[in-house]
Amino acid sequence: MHVDIQNLCIAFPGATGISHAVRNVSLSIGNEKLGIVGESGSGKSLTARSILRLLPRSARLSADRLAFDGIDVLKASESAMRGIRGKRAGLILQDPKYSLNPVMTAGAQIAEAWRMHRKGGAREARDGAMDLLDQVRINDPARVFAAYPHELSGGMGQRVMIAMMLAPDPELLIADEPTSALDATVQAEILRLLDDLVSRRGMALILISHDLPLVSHFCDRVAVMYAGRIVEQLGAGELARARHPYTTGLLECLPALSHPRPRLAVMKRDPEWLK
Amino acid sequence: MIDIKDLHVRFGAVHAVRGISLQVPRGGSFGIVGESGSGKSTVLRALSGLNPDWTGSMAINGQSLGRVRGKDFFRRVQMVFQDPYGSLHPRQTVDRALSEPLIVHGMDDHETRILRALAEVALPPATRFRFPHQLSGGQRQRVAIARALMAEPDVLLLDEPTSALDVSVQAEVLNLLADLQDRRGLTYILVSHNLAVVAHLCPRLGVMQGGLMVEQISASDLRAGRTAHPHTTALRRLSVELEEA
Repeated sequence: MHVDIQNLCIAFPGATGISHAVRNVSLSIGNEKLGIVGESGSGKSLTARSILRLLPRSARLSADRLAFDGIDVLKASESAMRGIRGKRAGLILQDPKYSLNPVMTAGAQIAEAWRMHRKGGAREARDGAMDLLDQVRINDPARVFAAYPHELSGGMGQRVMIAMMLAPDPELLIADEPTSALDATVQAEILRLLDDLVSRRGMALILISHDLPLVSHFCDRVAVMYAGRIVEQLGAGELARARHPYTTGLLECLPALSHPRPRLAVMKRDPEWLK
Repeated sequence: MIDIKDLHVRFGAVHAVRGISLQVPRGGSFGIVGESGSGKSTVLRALSGLNPDWTGSMAINGQSLGRVRGKDFFRRVQMVFQDPYGSLHPRQTVDRALSEPLIVHGMDDHETRILRALAEVALPPATRFRFPHQLSGGQRQRVAIARALMAEPDVLLLDEPTSALDVSVQAEVLNLLADLQDRRGLTYILVSHNLAVVAHLCPRLGVMQGGLMVEQISASDLRAGRTAHPHTTALRRLSVELEEA
């Protein structure tokens, strides 16, 4: 599995002219954990979703190359895209409260995903779903299987989402702020779980987040986005070597327990960064 | 300035806050950290008068608080909420939002007070006649803070004031809150799930878990790792781990 993005642009026509949400982004993703970090509106989610061609209808997408494992996403038919979406590349969203079906039990939703992609019988799907719940380290799979989403905590709901995405054995997992709605202790558990699943199954992972320290702790490589552009790419644990003033600015404006600052640094945005 | 003793809050069968006591000196800041459902916001809501179902004793400035609060209480104690989208009226301009506390409390000279408040939270005067949807998240939170300041309060209750904001905007809002406290001698209670944010603004803080305040600790003890309760130790470790990455 290899994702190749070259010169990706996404624009939205509006009443006051065209707004360019993603500008000339190039990325290449193999079997690794890539983090995309940026503030709201930086284009990080759009960039990742363009791989699945899941963009708002009004979006204008262009690229020199946008390929998922050799398949040209720009030209692929809808049915070819359906072969990628969910099946070969899963998408995990921020808040399980809004992404799970509230009137289906968690187990029925996972079993549905399993059957959809693997074409098995009802009993096989049930066993498959139980096995997946076990893989996302739910202690009591039978209870969670029969529970409706409102009966689950945020962390539990996110495990159910992950189990559902794992059902078709995807090669790539895109996690869009998977832990932002969760408490710090639960966040750590979910990330450990993702890390474990990714290395055990040999999947690639794209983790989208606004939290630079978190992502660089967890991923092999981090791309920092600002105003639709990748301003810097860093290896794991190389935050201290960040060069771009936006990246260092992001780090300096964080309050930290280990080194108190009487006053937080404020980001001075340079129009030069947009060029 | 603020004195809470043995506060209990129940919602039907749920015992959300189980006997909390805390004191905040005049001009001081106290932080409450905890995970969702620990009861941290419920303490603030009971103190602010948004939740009448409590037992125990609460006093502000030596005056004991009852179930029903007078108008003077609502002038002196103001609250800022997490989500500025939800706490500003979508069809009212900033001018209207800022006028309302002045009308309620019968204060005069609206024009100068509004312009001064906008300047104090570093918003350009042009934002005065904008609607909330025309502002960024950080600007909206500044409007919410300006609105809380209109009635010239002594106490600001801050419920996750920066959790919905980007980190660069969070820094600006935290600096603004520190400046306002210096200038006006305000007393703060800050509720947040983010240990680093709380320790930055508050010299003292309490850690809540399951409705109990399991530990009260100074920010410097917390930074140095001199924690007593395992929950505090766990929260601190998670926070420091990421900083060292």
